[in-house]
Amino acid sequence: MAETFTARIWALGDDIDTDIVIPTEYLALKTVQDMTPYAFSPLRPELAAQIQPGDVIVAGKNFGCGSSREQAPEVIKALGVKAVIAGSFARIFYRNAINNGLLLIECPALCTDVQDGDEITVEVGKSITVGGRTYPIGALPENLLDIINAGGLVKAMRKRNGLD
Amino acid sequence: MGATFIEKLLRRNTGIADAKCGDIVTANVDRVMIHDIFIPFVKEKFEEMGFTEIWDPDKVVLIYDHLVPASQLDDPRHHRIGNEFAAKYGLTHVHRSDGICHQLMTEAGYVKPGNVVFGTDSHTTTYGCVGAFSSGIGYTEMASILGTGTLWVKIPETIKVVIDGELPEHVTSKDVILRLIGDLTAAGASYCALEFSGSTVENMTVASRMTMANMAIEAGAKCALFTPDEKTAEYCAVELTEDMKTLSGDPDANYLKTIHYQAEELVPALACPSQVDKIRPVSELEGLEIDQVFLGSCTNGRLEDLRTAAAIVKGKTVAPFVKFIVTPASRKIYLEALEDGTLDTLAAAGAIITHPGCGLCCGRTGGILTDGERVVATNNRNFLGRMGTSKVEIYLASPATAAACAVTGKITLP
Repeated sequence: MAETFTARIWALGDDIDTDIVIPTEYLALKTVQDMTPYAFSPLRPELAAQIQPGDVIVAGKNFGCGSSREQAPEVIKALGVKAVIAGSFARIFYRNAINNGLLLIECPALCTDVQDGDEITVEVGKSITVGGRTYPIGALPENLLDIINAGGLVKAMRKRNGLD
Repeated sequence: MGATFIEKLLRRNTGIADAKCGDIVTANVDRVMIHDIFIPFVKEKFEEMGFTEIWDPDKVVLIYDHLVPASQLDDPRHHRIGNEFAAKYGLTHVHRSDGICHQLMTEAGYVKPGNVVFGTDSHTTTYGCVGAFSSGIGYTEMASILGTGTLWVKIPETIKVVIDGELPEHVTSKDVILRLIGDLTAAGASYCALEFSGSTVENMTVASRMTMANMAIEAGAKCALFTPDEKTAEYCAVELTEDMKTLSGDPDANYLKTIHYQAEELVPALACPSQVDKIRPVSELEGLEIDQVFLGSCTNGRLEDLRTAAAIVKGKTVAPFVKFIVTPASRKIYLEALEDGTLDTLAAAGAIITHPGCGLCCGRTGGILTDGERVVATNNRNFLGRMGTSKVEIYLASPATAAACAVTGKITLP
């Protein structure tokens, strides 16, 4: 059965690069948790403190472009963000997010129709509903589902190595 | 039907004779690169995965470049962990202050034509300059490669880019790639391979091709590919084999699209704040006052770039209020530029010459800027906050344009 959840959203624009998600100057902090206060700081310094666990980020095209820094999806996950919904994703970010078990959903029409604070209902792999409008969404490719089902790449490798 | 470059390369690598774009294949990795920012994270994930040895220590290269020399208190920890990691798992290819990772991977001979290479940095696309398939990945995938020697990849669709003719004076490969990124947009080549050909490309040095491959990621590309030729072979210190020569796209291959440029029509270009695809001709912005110029990075910190700049500033002086920062991409380049008088000329004109490394490009050290300042830079990204505060204006340009701007203190055509 597909998972369904309701969440408050934060709306961002196109081409949100990973330098915006977490600037280089904070990448050598000891833990990803230490980096969370600086998430999105070049664009919206106040946002990291406003995001609550369970919230969803909605953005336009090419989310996660730029640097390969895997701290980007990890910081978003550490903030408690339930999912990122975007028009499209940059490829390195996409792989990194999947490997860390961060839910990504492509939905090009959504970002222009919503604003901060809107409440959306997501039926994973099927549709998103907001303010009475419904947007269809696709399912993940099978080879990525295998990684997600294993609980991320680290767990998939632990299983391979006979540890779990 | 013929095959694209990337289809041929991955068929060779995987042994799957009919592999084609869209197929998901398991690639056998020839070399990996991990730089200092991500080493602690790779080590943590590798050990958490339960691996106890590295699949082939000879294929792993560690490079300290983003944090050398340290500029923040947490930085040296990355190098200590790197040294411990290398000692524990028998890694011998460790570069502690030799220059920028992407420069060293080709310059030190770690990448050969036809190789499959991954690195924990998005500009790993650079090695396509010698006909390798190379792409950036995160540290978790890198940890899994260290254990298995393999990585799954979807064979990408290919956009063919043909550039013919002779580039006008002071128009460089940087201007070509900026124009292409502007035309494609920042997501225009997402998940695709960019395959470069044409007489302009054939006449380019490997260093110039490197600039273009380096920036392919700025259009979202998975990789950039240049067919190996005599220049490639000489640069890589290998013999140009018949097999290497076959690494090119067939005319009847399945291309997503083909883009054609005539070199004579290209002009000096700028990427304007704060997106790499906001491209305008330098001529439209002439006269705009600037505070700093940065000549360096894995995009444009090579000997030919420093020489180009030196020829422009020779006998002149940098504008009074402008800081002109020059960062050679590697120690080898630094020494060559010292030897042939290039650094002498730049320093005499008023340039600040820094140690080889990533330096200002990633905004951690050596000339960060603050609100209201404007910089002309030869690197690859002008993102918000990349070189200091989010209210810094970064214009990306070629070494020729950057040098001309340093002399006048304004945006200036070379």
